[in-house]
Amino acid sequence: MLLKKKNVDNLQADSILRKLSGLLLTLALTGTVQAETVFVTLEKDNALAIVDPLAGKLLKTVAVGQRPRGIAISPDNKLLYVATSDENTIKIINAETLKEVGKLPSGEDPETFALNPKGDILYVSNEDDSLVTVIDIAKKKIIKQIKVGVEPEGITVSPDNNWLISASETTNMVHWIDTKTNTIIENTLVDPRPRAASFTADSQQLWVTSEMAGSLMILDTKTKQIIKTLKFEVQGVTADKIQPVGVVIDKAGNKGYVALGPANRVAIVNAKTFAVEKVLLVGQRVWNLAFSPDQKRLYTTNGTSNDISIIDLESQTVTQSLGVGNYPWGVTVKP
Amino acid sequence: MIMLHYWRAMWGIINRELWRFITQRERFISALIRPLVWLFVFAAGFRASLGLAITPPYETYILYEVYITPGLIGMIQLFNGMQSSLSMVYDREMGSMRILMVCPLPRWFLLLSKLLAGTGVSLLQVYVFLAIAWFYDIHAPWQGYLGILPALILSGLMLGALGLLLSSFIKQLENFAGVMNFVIFPMFFMSTALYPLWKMKESSPLLSLLAHYNPFSQAVELIRFALYGQFNQSAFIYTLAAFLIFMAAAIIGYNPSKGMMVKKGGA
Repeated sequence: MLLKKKNVDNLQADSILRKLSGLLLTLALTGTVQAETVFVTLEKDNALAIVDPLAGKLLKTVAVGQRPRGIAISPDNKLLYVATSDENTIKIINAETLKEVGKLPSGEDPETFALNPKGDILYVSNEDDSLVTVIDIAKKKIIKQIKVGVEPEGITVSPDNNWLISASETTNMVHWIDTKTNTIIENTLVDPRPRAASFTADSQQLWVTSEMAGSLMILDTKTKQIIKTLKFEVQGVTADKIQPVGVVIDKAGNKGYVALGPANRVAIVNAKTFAVEKVLLVGQRVWNLAFSPDQKRLYTTNGTSNDISIIDLESQTVTQSLGVGNYPWGVTVKP
Repeated sequence: MIMLHYWRAMWGIINRELWRFITQRERFISALIRPLVWLFVFAAGFRASLGLAITPPYETYILYEVYITPGLIGMIQLFNGMQSSLSMVYDREMGSMRILMVCPLPRWFLLLSKLLAGTGVSLLQVYVFLAIAWFYDIHAPWQGYLGILPALILSGLMLGALGLLLSSFIKQLENFAGVMNFVIFPMFFMSTALYPLWKMKESSPLLSLLAHYNPFSQAVELIRFALYGQFNQSAFIYTLAAFLIFMAAAIIGYNPSKGMMVKKGGA
């Protein structure tokens, strides 16, 4: 009887062990999925939405300051920078605790800004004053204010840290600013109302969107001239609603993605042939875009439908649109 | 031995229906053309003008043609169900129903076999339609293409049973035009096949209420959820209940001693 019980116990232990090893094996095989956090500024809620995109859930919303718009994360992923436009400042927020740890003097009405690759200098567009403010993050001091065209909006730094780009909406110009001297070296006339700019990973090309022309221009960094202009068309959507804004290009240089504003679409552009491969339906007035760290997903902020859309880039499909709060504007991702 | 007898009778009925469908190429083509015209022409015209909020089972924004697809699947089954019942009227006029009804098997079994045959035909039509829709960029998750099968069987049976019930009231083939006007059109347009309930509610709460309780709406919702790998319990119960009620009424309707056959002078 005792022997029988022992055998049963052994069998049970054996079965549990087998199950455990199976579980460990499954974990090892599927453990490649990494958690990431998406931060979204909510312009009307004066808040920051924190989203778990893999679970497809809004985790929480925290107050951040008046009219938050532009957002970026430091290269070490520890600090968030948020432009609180109506407070004329850029807030520094701990990405873990979500507590404010400092402020940067941004000049008037900061909306968009860019960090240099090292993460020690921040460049802000001051739309009303036609200025670009250069800020030393460590010293929390303005180094210089550069006079640019009327209504500067789009701003970006080349990955090789040689160029700072400022796009002036009313002057219809892209200003090439030398990051060493903080002076404009050259201006390129582009299509009306340039909104956003982004460099390819090798810094050889600059992609600029034009809101009014409904176009995307590809500029050569060496010549600083437009080498290609492409117009977007969306079946069933009138041309006046196609207003390209945010633009991002993958690190491999294969594909670029353009937010088409009130057309409620994101266009996928082949970065080699410059052909529009597909347009995907997302929420209303899609404005800004951000990649997941592994560049397998793309997150979009949809201003008037108060949600973000999650795009699976392998299947080129929108997997979910998730309500986050009023007027989602900027987006950044922490691995 | 009895089981074999039943099986032979059922297979005979299904075989006849399938054979009739395959040989009538025009019927197959017209059954496909109808929903495809709605998809390619009607839905294309509306794709920009109809904004669709995110409602389950959808997790993101969808184009109108994506929304309308389950409704068009329902349309295929609705027309197929009615067409099967039309053939019952034809069979009665031609006298072939007399042969069927003298078969020494329960009447309910013969009618159920007839229903299954009609549903089988509709399944073929639906999967061909889904294949064409796939090339039109209307994609569902792969499990949806499997999950939709039981939903299609139930909705096909329910709509077929409704057709049977109606056919028990119809004396002549010519009267069937009335079915189109008084059953198919109101049922189709007053449902969630073309517009979501919330959209209907904006213009008419009464219309949305009628659409909600329309069994065709429930069948469409069952199909819609199943196509995205989800189970809509309330739609399932409603569709099942509607099937049982229509079937019971059709069996009574086809009973020579009690039903409509008395008034019409038998089968």
